[in-house]
Amino acid sequence: MSWPSVLIQFLNGLAGASSLFLVAAGLSLIFGVTRIVNFAHGSLYMLGMYLAVWLAQRIGFWPAVPIAAAIVCAFGALVEVAVLRRIYKAPELLQLLATFALLLLIKDFALWAWGPEDLLGPRAPGFRGAVEIAGAAFPEYDLLLIVLGPAVLAFLYFILRKTRYGILIRAATEDREMAAALGVDQRRLFTGVFALGALLAGLGGALQIPREPASLGVDLTVISDAFVVVVVGGLGSIPGAFVAALLIAQAKAFCIGLGYSKATLVVEFVVMAVVLVARPWGLLGQAQVAARNPGLRQASFEIPRKKFFIGAAMLLAVLALIPLASSEYTMVLLTDVMVFALFAASLHFILGPAGLYSFGHAAYFGLGAYAAGIFLLQAKLPMELALALAPLAAGLGALLFGWFCVRLSGVYSAMLTLAFAQIAWSAAFQWDSLTGGSNGLVGIWPAPWLASKTAYYLLTLALCTAGIAFLWKTIHSPFGYALRAGRDSPLRAEAVGIDVRAMQWAAFTIAGLAAGVAGALYAFSKGSISPDAMGIQRSVDGLVMVMLGGIQTLSGPLWGAALFTWLQDAAARNIDYWRAATGAVILALVLVLPNGIGSLFQSRK
Amino acid sequence: MRFLFLIALLVSSNAFSQNIKLGELNSYKVFPAFLEPYKKGMELAIEEINGSGGVLGKKLELITRDDGGNPGDAVRVAEELISREQVNVLMGTFASNVGLAVSNLAAQRKVLFIASEPLTDKIVWENGNRYTFRLRPSTYMQTAMLIPEAVKLKKKRWAIVYPNYEYGQSATASFKKLLKAAQPDVEFVAEQAPPLGKIDAGAAVQALADAKPDAIFSSLFAADLQKFVREGNTRGLFKNTPVFNLIAGEPEYLDTLKDETPDGWWVTGYPWSAINTPEHRKFRDAYQKRWKDYPRQGSVVGYVSVYTAANALRKAGSTDTEKLVEAMKGLEMGTPFGPIVWRPLDHQSTMGAYVGQFAKKDGQGVMVNWRFADGANFLPPFEEVKLLRKE
Repeated sequence: MSWPSVLIQFLNGLAGASSLFLVAAGLSLIFGVTRIVNFAHGSLYMLGMYLAVWLAQRIGFWPAVPIAAAIVCAFGALVEVAVLRRIYKAPELLQLLATFALLLLIKDFALWAWGPEDLLGPRAPGFRGAVEIAGAAFPEYDLLLIVLGPAVLAFLYFILRKTRYGILIRAATEDREMAAALGVDQRRLFTGVFALGALLAGLGGALQIPREPASLGVDLTVISDAFVVVVVGGLGSIPGAFVAALLIAQAKAFCIGLGYSKATLVVEFVVMAVVLVARPWGLLGQAQVAARNPGLRQASFEIPRKKFFIGAAMLLAVLALIPLASSEYTMVLLTDVMVFALFAASLHFILGPAGLYSFGHAAYFGLGAYAAGIFLLQAKLPMELALALAPLAAGLGALLFGWFCVRLSGVYSAMLTLAFAQIAWSAAFQWDSLTGGSNGLVGIWPAPWLASKTAYYLLTLALCTAGIAFLWKTIHSPFGYALRAGRDSPLRAEAVGIDVRAMQWAAFTIAGLAAGVAGALYAFSKGSISPDAMGIQRSVDGLVMVMLGGIQTLSGPLWGAALFTWLQDAAARNIDYWRAATGAVILALVLVLPNGIGSLFQSRK
Repeated sequence: MRFLFLIALLVSSNAFSQNIKLGELNSYKVFPAFLEPYKKGMELAIEEINGSGGVLGKKLELITRDDGGNPGDAVRVAEELISREQVNVLMGTFASNVGLAVSNLAAQRKVLFIASEPLTDKIVWENGNRYTFRLRPSTYMQTAMLIPEAVKLKKKRWAIVYPNYEYGQSATASFKKLLKAAQPDVEFVAEQAPPLGKIDAGAAVQALADAKPDAIFSSLFAADLQKFVREGNTRGLFKNTPVFNLIAGEPEYLDTLKDETPDGWWVTGYPWSAINTPEHRKFRDAYQKRWKDYPRQGSVVGYVSVYTAANALRKAGSTDTEKLVEAMKGLEMGTPFGPIVWRPLDHQSTMGAYVGQFAKKDGQGVMVNWRFADGANFLPPFEEVKLLRKE
């Protein structure tokens, strides 16, 4: 790279950083105060884009930007009042489920309202052209963005430091309970912060339209970038988000400038992994004050009683007899249900008893699946052996990644799991000779004696039942009690001689191993495997299943997996707007059964 | 109880029907811009065929499913079509990985699969199988269609930009191979491979400009293409540098560019308003009458896919899969783009595409100077294909 092009790429990085910062700032604010992991933040951004394009055609670009942002802001306030306010007392992460449902609804709404084609917005009047910098043409609008990012930072800084409202926000960010005890009206504060965050997302989206078309895929692209920026910067830290946006945008620009464009697939996640390993609270973040009195105490898992065993045995008997009385497709669908039940149970194992969040559990599912394919196709092992060995690869992966992840806590740990999952995903995506690249591996079929749908279903039923039974048994073993002690009171657990980290590390590995079993079974049931089996979407699906079923019950995640798999299958078959339908059902369940459908099956106390 | 109820729901099977069933699956929610017109094309074909008496004395019934855009769900959906709906023919899919997974399943379950859209070369070559046939001109074929114009320019330094997954990777590999063969002194001076849908257009444009190429080959499409075009226009990348872009002339992608459409780019695509052959005029009129909208590339693909199934059924005189496979081999039929043959050798149809140049007309992008490139002329020699296809 010559010096002029270094300068231009640096400016490109600055413009990119401003775009990133605008969307991340809102997310960071919302998380800082309300602790909501807002999955729909990218959707608010997308909404801002579509509204701005639509309005710009009617009233021109400049008036369209603030109006679009204001509409998104109002929508955000509405969402907070109508949905989120009702579930602050529910188990943490439930808000994640609610916002995931919103994401599905907004996506289909945009498709319905604005149609399937991408909408390229107008150029910004007054900033249409380019100026010459160091012999290259540089867009005027990018220069404007370079100024706008820091301007918004300064504005937010002023609000947070100099106004009473800002002081309340900071107080709530640092210590929610204390702020409440001092008489700060939390409801109004939360609504205000959520609306402000939505405003920033809408503004970010609207300002992006001269650079990027409004399209239906934007929400997911933006949300993962924004999360990375927020976490790298330190949760709730606005200056941190700015520094992180700068770091990541520059890293991307220079990867491209230096000819390593393929690295942009994963560079932000590598940056995040490095930052989190070196600085567990992000660049400018601080250790969070532990919530003194969590909204709801984690219930201890019931010790199964006779009734439970009778129920489980009956259910198993029914499941084992199903092949006698049903069609082939039922086997296929139930095989998926079993596989995801084990996957959800393995995620629940670390989410529930161990209290470790994981946003990247699909990594171990995918490692198991890929290992099965590679052992079968590349190493030419017999299918049975490939199936038996594949989970070990997932377990090894979890052993390695887990060592880092248990050193962090809360959302930081969750985001580190996500970073590792994305790194594993990009390895699968790029390593053509081993993994088949973006196409993946095809021709992973079971051995002849397992080829019939019935035989494979029974095998899946047996292995998944064994896996789930093992996980549940472990939860009620001394090891499981030690895990819960570490979750509920790390200090006291340490004091009685429990090595909390080692316990968590072991739990992480066991969960990875179980997810690997699910992944390997999945690969053989599909005949092929491609990178999306370990993508973010699969991790999110896992979280949705666990939260839908209820994190506080043992059987909840299984019901969640069954319901979610069946819902997707049935909705996609019968309804055009099946994503919206799925979202609506999830949202309704969140509001009606905040403790999950598993709570229906618990004995009343 | 709840669970038993759920199972009862699952088990309840559909009423027995007398129709011939075409089971179609596609990523309707992931690529709606292409697939909504595609669905309209299919429905038009079904209406036409049933309106003129159906096939083998029966009506055709189209059953469409969303495949969720990933191979895992797609395989489950295909299983549902095969075993519950008992479809006679499987068709559809968009992305390469989904197409390959369903193709593999079709071979396993011995069902005819007409892969309408996936462009990957592997589906008919390296991973080709007895039961899979592919309609559209592949990545290789469409790249080869652009080669004659690229060679004519006699440009030495080429830069390449492509979405980093199967389609972009194999377009790039084919382009390099074919151009090098025709013009041995060519140099490839820069390569940009942004993730699909996530191009950092400003930085990519600057990196390409840094390499000072004489010409650019791109396989970007959809949002990536729009970002690249706008940044390239603003930064003057295309001022003196000719660009070749695969599939950018398809209305799905071209129409979104509007007044940004860069003059003079060579593209493959579908100039729907300007093709006035009798067979295309008939299709276009019928489509516009039925849907009050103009046809896109997807419309043609959907329309021809259904006709392919109908023609194969007629030729086989039966719904038996093995007979259908034999009927598909060498099947000759008319399409809005003219006659095609389904090659017995690799199960690829010889459907072609239009090669032309971008221009602006009334603030909209159009294709000019176009010609039809017959797919049959842009396939590698017999021996080469035979080597690739390990059947």
